[in-house]
Amino acid sequence: MSERPRPTPSQTVGPFFGFALPFTGDVDAVRPDGTGTLRIEGQVLDGAGEPVPDSLVEVWHASQFARCRTDVEGAFHFNLAKPAALRLLDGRVRAPHMNVTVFARGLLRHLETFLYFPDESEANSTDPVLELLDPNLRATLIARPDGQVLRFDIRLQGESETAFFAL
Amino acid sequence: MSPAEVVDFEPPYLFPEYRSTVLRAPHRPLVRLPEEWFHRGPGPAFGRIPVSPDDADLTRQHKGEPLGERIILAGRVVDEDGAPVRDTLVEVWQANAAGRYADPADDHLAPLDPNFTGAGRCRTDSDGRYRFVTIKPGAYPWQNHENAWRPAHVHFSLFGPQLSGRLVTQMYFPGDPLMRLDPILNSIPDARGRQLLVASFDIASTTPGWALAYRWDIVIRGRRATPLER
Repeated sequence: MSERPRPTPSQTVGPFFGFALPFTGDVDAVRPDGTGTLRIEGQVLDGAGEPVPDSLVEVWHASQFARCRTDVEGAFHFNLAKPAALRLLDGRVRAPHMNVTVFARGLLRHLETFLYFPDESEANSTDPVLELLDPNLRATLIARPDGQVLRFDIRLQGESETAFFAL
Repeated sequence: MSPAEVVDFEPPYLFPEYRSTVLRAPHRPLVRLPEEWFHRGPGPAFGRIPVSPDDADLTRQHKGEPLGERIILAGRVVDEDGAPVRDTLVEVWQANAAGRYADPADDHLAPLDPNFTGAGRCRTDSDGRYRFVTIKPGAYPWQNHENAWRPAHVHFSLFGPQLSGRLVTQMYFPGDPLMRLDPILNSIPDARGRQLLVASFDIASTTPGWALAYRWDIVIRGRRATPLER
């Protein structure tokens, strides 16, 4: 029997983190006015379709990291740059994507998902993660163009529930 | 050890006694990805989050000293091999001694303390150690069920060196009678798992005449992350 220490279990972020976790410039994974900067906007929604106003969303990839607390409408936004495709250890290639982590009151453990880009349909069609999913589930991970921004909603529960992953 | 033998200490997503899980827990099981795709993949680059040495002392962030029982809260962050997780960010936040958060969303009728915000940050040292000076938070009521009270706790957020290492959790104080009644802590099905969230009173780390001390060690998911593998 191994004496390896057990990982410390998770607990909810609770409702009262807004005075502690945000920081200046937290939503800007890259300079908001830089060339090629993309603005992502989205909403976190619960199983009744209601906004989740007390959640924290983090996006990251390689050197990019950003954090946004949702507002009363459950809305979040980020400025980021589309990352490059990524070669896995087995040689397969993942389409450009951001890692997305969701915390909230009522989430005893955080949720992990991925944001893919709508202008990468060729790379997306052979992405090994997207290939694992039914088409309707796959669609929950691809941001959609909405005027000048990309829209990416996170549905915690229900018919159009976002695909979440165990890493 | 095969995966089947590993007892999972994590809470489930759906735990109806904690009411907020009912509409927020995903219905679909998590999609499992082959581990070899991510093995030793690095975690988030948290370097943009500002941290200064002063951020580790929550009793010195204002003109005066906060009310409450001054405590030293310290411990070690290791990975699943027991190796220290060095230079990782630890963020903490908590209620004041009266059980009130300095958060506009908290409407508990307990006094705010003008000398206490209750948020701190530090990085672990070369041995994985962290150390905060703070005050012991108070218990507070919440709306989950009739006469519901949260046991005193400190929230922790850690990144860890690997993709699987992100951890947000809560640390509790030994001997608190409210722990037995708390659906958030009791969402962890195994008593050994719950015990992992309870700090130890640590007389050896107290500062005589000035502060009591609690020790709480943290195990981050992931294995042997040496600089070579990052």
